[in-house]
Formats: sequence, structure tokens, C-alpha cells
Amino acid sequence: MQTKLTVNGEAQTVEHDPRATLLDTLRDGLGLSGTKKGCDHGQCGACTVLLDGERVNSCLCLTAMHDGQEVTTIEGIGSPDKLSALQKAFVEKDGYQCGYCTPGQIMSATALLQEMQKGQASYVSDDLEVPKLTDDEMAERMSGNLCRCSAYPLIREAIAMVADQENEGAQA
Amino acid sequence: MIPFDYTRADALEDAGKALDAKAEVIAGGTNLLDLMKIQVMTPEKLVDITRIDGLSEITKDGDKLRIGALVTNTALANDANVRKGWPLLSRAILAGASAQIRNKATTGGNLLQRTRCPYFYDTSQACNKRAPGTGCAAQGGSGRMLALFGTSEHCLAAHPSDMATAMTALDAVVEIRSADGETRQVPIQAFYQGPGDTPHIENVLAEDDLVTAVILPAPLEGTHQVYRKVRDRASYAFALVTVAAAVKVEDGKIVRADMAFGSIAPHPFQNADVKDMLVGQAPSDALFAKAADALTRAEAPHPDVEYKRPLLRRTLIATLRQACGLSDAHGVDIAKV
Repeated sequence: MQTKLTVNGEAQTVEHDPRATLLDTLRDGLGLSGTKKGCDHGQCGACTVLLDGERVNSCLCLTAMHDGQEVTTIEGIGSPDKLSALQKAFVEKDGYQCGYCTPGQIMSATALLQEMQKGQASYVSDDLEVPKLTDDEMAERMSGNLCRCSAYPLIREAIAMVADQENEGAQA
Repeated sequence: MIPFDYTRADALEDAGKALDAKAEVIAGGTNLLDLMKIQVMTPEKLVDITRIDGLSEITKDGDKLRIGALVTNTALANDANVRKGWPLLSRAILAGASAQIRNKATTGGNLLQRTRCPYFYDTSQACNKRAPGTGCAAQGGSGRMLALFGTSEHCLAAHPSDMATAMTALDAVVEIRSADGETRQVPIQAFYQGPGDTPHIENVLAEDDLVTAVILPAPLEGTHQVYRKVRDRASYAFALVTVAAAVKVEDGKIVRADMAFGSIAPHPFQNADVKDMLVGQAPSDALFAKAADALTRAEAPHPDVEYKRPLLRRTLIATLRQACGLSDAHGVDIAKV
């Protein structure tokens, strides 16, 4: 069957089996191997992409169900010579060891910062109305992304760095 | 996955017509696709309902709130009306899954999510829920996630939903549309069924019925609402025990104590005796201990879940202390002024 997607701003038409997940379509159909397959069951977050701007596990999306929708992958937010602020921060803070989970971590963190701007609460928010990005909040909000090298403290430092930069930018 | 036919329903009528014994509805897909990948569920047809208009809205209907079946967990938890009038529901939803899953998972699907019993997940094991008549490998097996109450000799599985537990405490009503276009409303307490001797039948839905909405009754004015979830790790794990409570204290007495308990029964669990013990009484540690003893008196159906009795007992006490203003969310006593 055939599905039309906009991937990283480019219109794509993909031929696929009805069983194809968005993850398989991105990797095998479109050659975008930045999105990783970890558990393939929504537990590890390595396959995280933005679907119409919101983070999802692409392994739990059937490609057929997303006709006409927009997908953003790690390849869509920056390039080696033009890194996104989070990509840069992960490098600077050394927010990884083996790197396999990193694209998912960065896509997830990209969405996290947008969710904070929208005022979305989390399980650990004391106040549902005005959540603040504490270290506990980051740990909770990133719990859908596992890092088996356990680079968590440095991942949180990288996210905090970009959040601070954005706050300073907003105040300037 | 076993091959299946994919059908997109553009309207409720199409979905009703397309549904039969060999079909499954798909919306968020976060539970169904997981189970299809390991062939625990093997539908011959998937009916995609995500493009049907009118199922993705949250609308006020007088004092009530109508939540369309396709409203995502994220949208529901962050809805301004829900945060203000039914914060228990926001808290419960945010206690479940990960941000990625909550962005995809839907209200209807959450109510219908399947058990996390390891024997249900393992196709090499006997499971009356997955394969009726094959037996229950959990009997005599191991399983600390199993249910404590309401089980039968045919099934020991627990219902894992946080959202459904909060909705049960809040007396939500499930709106169901049958294939002939008729709509009926079923209180959530009557929505779930089993296990008895038919653990594969989990609710009142006929094969061509569709959950179209969940309706919350008027907000419980003046209640303090608390959702307490105990699990093996701090985030992104299914619960061992949860307590949802909306409690109102007036003139030094408890005047309302609406509660539901999650992950300890085949569906969100309630106990009217425990509620009756609390209402009309002054909140105190002695009262909470008495209520918690009453709740956890029954014998555990499996030795591996014996630990859930003291755990549930303590979780209820902690929840009531917080809901009555005796302690904060971290269990720290609030000094009397």
C-alpha cells in the first residue's frame, strides 16, 4: 500500500506492507537510519520522532495510519555543520557513551522543551498549573528514554543548559 | 506481526459495519501493536478510527465533561477544565507510561488496555484470557503483578490502568455506540466484567460496539484529590498498587470519601464498606488504620501477591492522610496551627 508523509519538510510517498511501522519506513524505506530500533515495543525510546510536532515511539506507529502527517527525525533538526542547540549541548556535556540512544534522547528532549513552554505538567509537578524544569522534572519527563550506559546526569545537564539558554534568550 | 487487512473508517457508521469477531479497533495502538508483534493478539482486520470526526474533543456539558474516545492522555491530563475540576484524573494519567506513549494513547484505548500478566504475554504458556480453555499458568506459577481481589480459579490477572482507576473513583460513565447507531451509557463500575469462568470477556462491549466517549459527572466541589501509585521504579513502570481518592472534610468530619484501587483486581476496585467506615468520622490515624485493615482482610489468591496486602494497607493510610491534610504529598506531617 501507499502512504504520503512529510518527512523533515520533504514530501515523500512510500510503498509499504500494512504491517510496516513508521520506524521501519523511516529506516528501510527512506534510508533515515538516525532513528534507532532498540526494543521495538515502546519501552526504550530509541525510536523517538516528532509526529505533527509531538514526540512518539515510531515503533508503535503503523505507517498506514499517518497518511498526510509530518514527521521530524534527528536528521531534520540539525546537520553535522549546523547542529541544533540540543545536539551541541549533548556534545559539550558528553551526554552519551555508546551513542545508540542519543538520537531518541535528543528528539525527546526537543519535545520536552516545547512541552514546558506549553505549560504541560508531569507526575512530579507540585503544581499542575506552573511546572518548573527541576532535575526531578527532567528525570520524570525523560523516563521514556533509556540509556544503558547510564549517561543520565549528563543528559540532564545538556537539557538544562539549553533550557537556560532559551530562558536567557526570552528575557533578552 | 501476522498479516492483517487495514481499513480506515471515515465515519462512525463505517466503523460499526467493519467490526466483527476477527477485527480489532486501532487508535493509539500503543498496547495493541505491542501485543500483535508478539502474536498475543492476532486480528485479521484492523479498523483505524483515528480519522472519525467528533471523537477528539473535550466538551463541557453543563457541569459534566464529555471526553471523546480519541482524546490523547496528554491532552486530557493537561486540559484546563480537568486540571481544575478533576485533578485526580490529571495526576493518574501523568502517573502512567511515558510522554511518548501518552501523546499517542487514547482515552477509549486506555480503558480497554490488556493485562500485564506475564503468562498472558507468553504464548507458550496456558492462559484462559488469551486462549480460552487452556488453563491459567499463573496458578502455581510466579507473579508479583497478579491481582489481590476479585480473581477466579481461571484467571489471576490485574488491570493495569491508572486512568481507569481515577475515572472509577470519579464515577465516570462510558458512552458506547452499537453498529445500529444506538448509543448507551454505562457506569464505569458496570463496564468491566469477569473474570469468573470467562476471563477473555473483560467488559460489556459487543464485537461491533465502539466506545465513543467517557463522561465525568460534576466536579466534587471541596474535595482534596490524591492519586498515589507504588511501583518498582520511580517512573515509567506499571503499578503494584494504586489508590485514587477524593475526600472532603467539613467541620472536622469526613463528609465524602470517593475511592478506587488500581492494579489489585481484574478491574478498578472499590469497597463500599471502607467508604462507609470513613464518612461521618473525624479523620485520624486510628480511623485510617481501621479502614485499611478492613480493605485488606481477604486472603491473597497467590503467595506472590501476599506482599500487596500490607503495601495496599500502608498506601491507603498514606493517601487518606494526605487527602485529609495531615501530611503532604511526600508523606511529611503537616503541623497543626
